[in-house]
Amino acid sequence: MTKEYKTIVDVAGPLIFIEKTEPVGYGELVHINMPDGTSKRGQVLDTSADMVVVQVFEGTGGLNSEAGVVFSGETIKLSASKDMLGRILSGAGEPLDGGPQIVPDKRVDVNGAAMNPYSRMPPEDFIQTGISTIDGTNTLVRGQKLPIFSGAGLPHNEIALQIARQAKVPGSDEEFAVVFAAMGITNEEAQSFMADFEKTGALERAVVFLNLADDPAVERIITPRMALTAAEYLAYEHDMHVLVILTDITNYCEALRQMGAAREEVPGRRGYPGYMYTDLASLYERAGVIKGLKGSVTQFSILTMPGDDITHPIPDLSGYITEGQIVVSRELHRKGIYPPINVLPSLSRLMNSGIGEGKTREDHKAVSDQMYAGYAEGRDLRGLVAIVGKESLSGRDRHILEFADLFEDRFVRQGKDENRTIEDTLRISWEILSDLPESQLTRIDNKYIDKYHPAHQQKAE
Amino acid sequence: MEVKGEIYRVAGPVVTVAGIKPKMYDVVHVGHEGLMGEVIKIEGDKATVQVYEDTSGIKPGEPVVKTGMPLSVELGPGLQESIDDGIQRPLQTLQEKMGNFIERGVSADGLNREKKWDFKPTVIKGDVVEGGSVLGLVQETYNIEHKIMVPPNVSGTVDEIKSGEFNVEEIICTLSDGTQISMMQKWPVRGPRPVAKKLMPTAPLVTGQRILDGMFPVAKGGTAAIPGPFGSGKTVTQQQLAKWSDTDIVVYIGCGERGNEMADVLNEFPELEDPKSGRPLMERTVLIANTSNMPVAAREASVYTGITIAEYYRDMGYDVSLMADSTSRWAEAMREISSRLEEMPGEEGYPAYLSARLSEFYERAGVVTSLCGENGSITVIGAVSPPGGDFSEPVTQNTLRIVKVFWALDAKLAQKRHFPSINWLSSYSLYNQALSGWFAENVGSDWDELRGAAMDKLQQESELQEIVQLVGSDALPEDQQLTLEICRMIREYFLQQNAFHPVDTYCPFEKQYKMLKAITKYGDMANEALESGAAIEKIVTLESKDELAKVKFEEDFDTALESVMTKMSDEFAQLGGK
Ligand SMILES: Nc1ncnc2c1ncn2[C@@H]1O[C@H](COP(=O)(O)OP(=O)(O)OP(=O)(O)O)[C@@H](O)[C@H]1O
Ligand SMILES: [Mg+2]
Repeated sequence: MTKEYKTIVDVAGPLIFIEKTEPVGYGELVHINMPDGTSKRGQVLDTSADMVVVQVFEGTGGLNSEAGVVFSGETIKLSASKDMLGRILSGAGEPLDGGPQIVPDKRVDVNGAAMNPYSRMPPEDFIQTGISTIDGTNTLVRGQKLPIFSGAGLPHNEIALQIARQAKVPGSDEEFAVVFAAMGITNEEAQSFMADFEKTGALERAVVFLNLADDPAVERIITPRMALTAAEYLAYEHDMHVLVILTDITNYCEALRQMGAAREEVPGRRGYPGYMYTDLASLYERAGVIKGLKGSVTQFSILTMPGDDITHPIPDLSGYITEGQIVVSRELHRKGIYPPINVLPSLSRLMNSGIGEGKTREDHKAVSDQMYAGYAEGRDLRGLVAIVGKESLSGRDRHILEFADLFEDRFVRQGKDENRTIEDTLRISWEILSDLPESQLTRIDNKYIDKYHPAHQQKAE
Repeated sequence: MEVKGEIYRVAGPVVTVAGIKPKMYDVVHVGHEGLMGEVIKIEGDKATVQVYEDTSGIKPGEPVVKTGMPLSVELGPGLQESIDDGIQRPLQTLQEKMGNFIERGVSADGLNREKKWDFKPTVIKGDVVEGGSVLGLVQETYNIEHKIMVPPNVSGTVDEIKSGEFNVEEIICTLSDGTQISMMQKWPVRGPRPVAKKLMPTAPLVTGQRILDGMFPVAKGGTAAIPGPFGSGKTVTQQQLAKWSDTDIVVYIGCGERGNEMADVLNEFPELEDPKSGRPLMERTVLIANTSNMPVAAREASVYTGITIAEYYRDMGYDVSLMADSTSRWAEAMREISSRLEEMPGEEGYPAYLSARLSEFYERAGVVTSLCGENGSITVIGAVSPPGGDFSEPVTQNTLRIVKVFWALDAKLAQKRHFPSINWLSSYSLYNQALSGWFAENVGSDWDELRGAAMDKLQQESELQEIVQLVGSDALPEDQQLTLEICRMIREYFLQQNAFHPVDTYCPFEKQYKMLKAITKYGDMANEALESGAAIEKIVTLESKDELAKVKFEEDFDTALESVMTKMSDEFAQLGGK
């Protein structure tokens, strides 16, 4: 197995082509010994009796036919152990913090096998993030994959950090961990994440994988897989509740596109590979809860939408796989509202199973639906008002217009350290809803109005 | 004799093999672990195989074994309540064999081999039977009487017929030419099962969903597509159909979608009651789950596995409905395989045969007289996931050319939480006419009229809205303001339906009829009142009108409607005028 081949015949982009090998396995890890004594790593993409194609993670700079190629005989593995907690590793899983190599408890294939749908437990434990636009209207549950769709220059990192700090399942103090994987983000961004982790003591419970903007793009293909493998290991072998933050999915997809181009594949939409849906699914689907096991993997990844365009293939394909999305809006950001989350295009598909009586509160769903309806209509009316003026609105419409403003100002807006309980969130919701005439609350059952509407509560007192 | 060859090349799910001389679509086992695959291209002495499992670590030179059989499903008692992957491996068996994650190289029989079924023959020695003839019955679940049929290509005279408890492999019938028949038959998935005759659909699939039944009905045996961007409600709608449709059997294919959604169905269906029989829904459900992270070649096969099972129950005379979520993922699987084969790509990289494959699939829907003389049907409802929500893309367009019902999901409506977010202006059903007889007889003689009027109003609304955008609603004449208000009622009270509300999730036809009638009645009274001089502000703020909004949440809608309508008449009377 340690045989070294000096038979590179072609180097093209991140790929090398090697001939006259013994049979090599598909997906095998490859070590490349450079003429200058350094080494690189790669993975087999195509293997036949005549030719083996390898993608080189660190890029092919400096490579020529003099390099030696050693096939490891196994697929790429993560050295997993509980000692990963508190460590900072490279995008390929090598220590970056000057600490020792991780002594593996288990070596796990980073591609991960698909979770058997039959083994899955439908996620239903409400996670309180302390942010109203999430808890109140786009509730996150344990085992969900709910990315942030953002844009360049928007405060998605702050939001992600606030969630990492505040997220908890009310009434439980089970062990939890954060796995953070940076893919192609700047050193500065990475530093701010690390500083926050350090400040809040989160680092001890975190495993960090760093592939920064100036690290090789190809390495990004395995970074998230390393991270998710670490997360699964901690969740299913050590009963931990793991929150995985992958950032930035867009950089990952760019790396995929680069690889596809290097392989001269027929490109799909806007040059991204036709298999990008399947590839992204192999990441996002690695979230969930397994029947009979205590731990869970929840994904809260960050994706910046190129040109703020939600129909761009990266957010589009992601949205088709994830269980909703939290959309950060430039418009709200410009208005000075933090967190600038636009609830209308946002969605949590697992919300219904995480809220209601015994979880959050019986009126939660109805309240959320009513606020959505009001806010959506209010925003439409803003457009109208710009043309015809406020005067030509009916009384009903005027109320709704006001509601939209209140919603942004009271419900959406909150402090960077403001950690609202779900009761706070619902209280604020009723306060702003009570600004509408009761007859306009058509989505709320009368029994909830009687019980929770501030006007009725005052009456009761 | 097993023919052995060897692997020449591995590139992802596509493996090139040499030395086995297979037929197209033969199943082969590749590598030391015997991974299952299917021959999809033959070139000289080499054949290309799409492999249904992960190929990591597989090397050139490893052995390949030909089975000589095409990809087939096992048909027989035990299909109901099952959940299988795209190549009919029961997920429960896979879990027992390898735990919570699907490792590769494990084979699993589609049908349970041990379970004994009580077989009651309906033929006797000397009876002449042919393909499709019923040999006997098995009570598969509480409500499903499973007909054991002679496989389509077999005929002869019964020489021996047994009675009693058997597993699916034991011989229950021998024909005089020595042919032995068990309760299980295998059928190659890629071709349709033969039928005696195709018939025209005449009855609707009653779904309990107001916008579907009321506005854009699909016929039993018909085809429908439900395209929409992500998060617009394809899966919820398909699951609603699986739960509440008045069919005998549901085949639900999770094709390249989420694992949690399948877990949800598995969790929920055993708890829910079939409105028709009162039995757990799971007892009439077959689930195929090949989620997005499971092998893409098996995803490609899953749709065929599902429809073949549907055909088998149709042949027994059942009404089957099949939901495929999402056909776009199936098309993408084709594209992915095709591009690995380096085939000439067609539009947007899809293979040139995309359109042919889609029509072959939807053609397997229909009402038929089966070989055993029973009438059965398959209704096919396919979700489509167009990139960027843009319906002009190839999968949506090719699908729309075939299907008769188009439920267009609209992201704007979904964002406003108007659910189901089916756009009432762009959707259509080509079955309205064929079904109008049924509606007149079973719903109400004026149903077509009520519905037509409501649709007309909605059409008017969209025109009026354009004016409102320019001048504001107050500038409209009062009768038009009233029209807008009535339309809002049609949309919010009638079309909107909350799938997660315990009562509203299913709306019987009688309730649909009465609700629409009540809204129409309000419209009539309101117009009258307006004509006789009542103020519009008063007309649109009647208390009874707000109460009408909530009738849909009432189980006992008759009582609720009655009191609302009485109040409404009173209120209108008090408005004065005539
Ligand atoms: N009839 C309905 N009643 C209430 N809520 C609904 C209804 N239809 C859809 N929704 C809401 O919309 C969300 C998204 O719906 P769904 O998962 O069906 O979308 P989809 O079109 O299948 O998306 P994708 O293509 O990403 O799978 C649901 O989680 C639910 O919150
Ligand atoms: Mg869906």
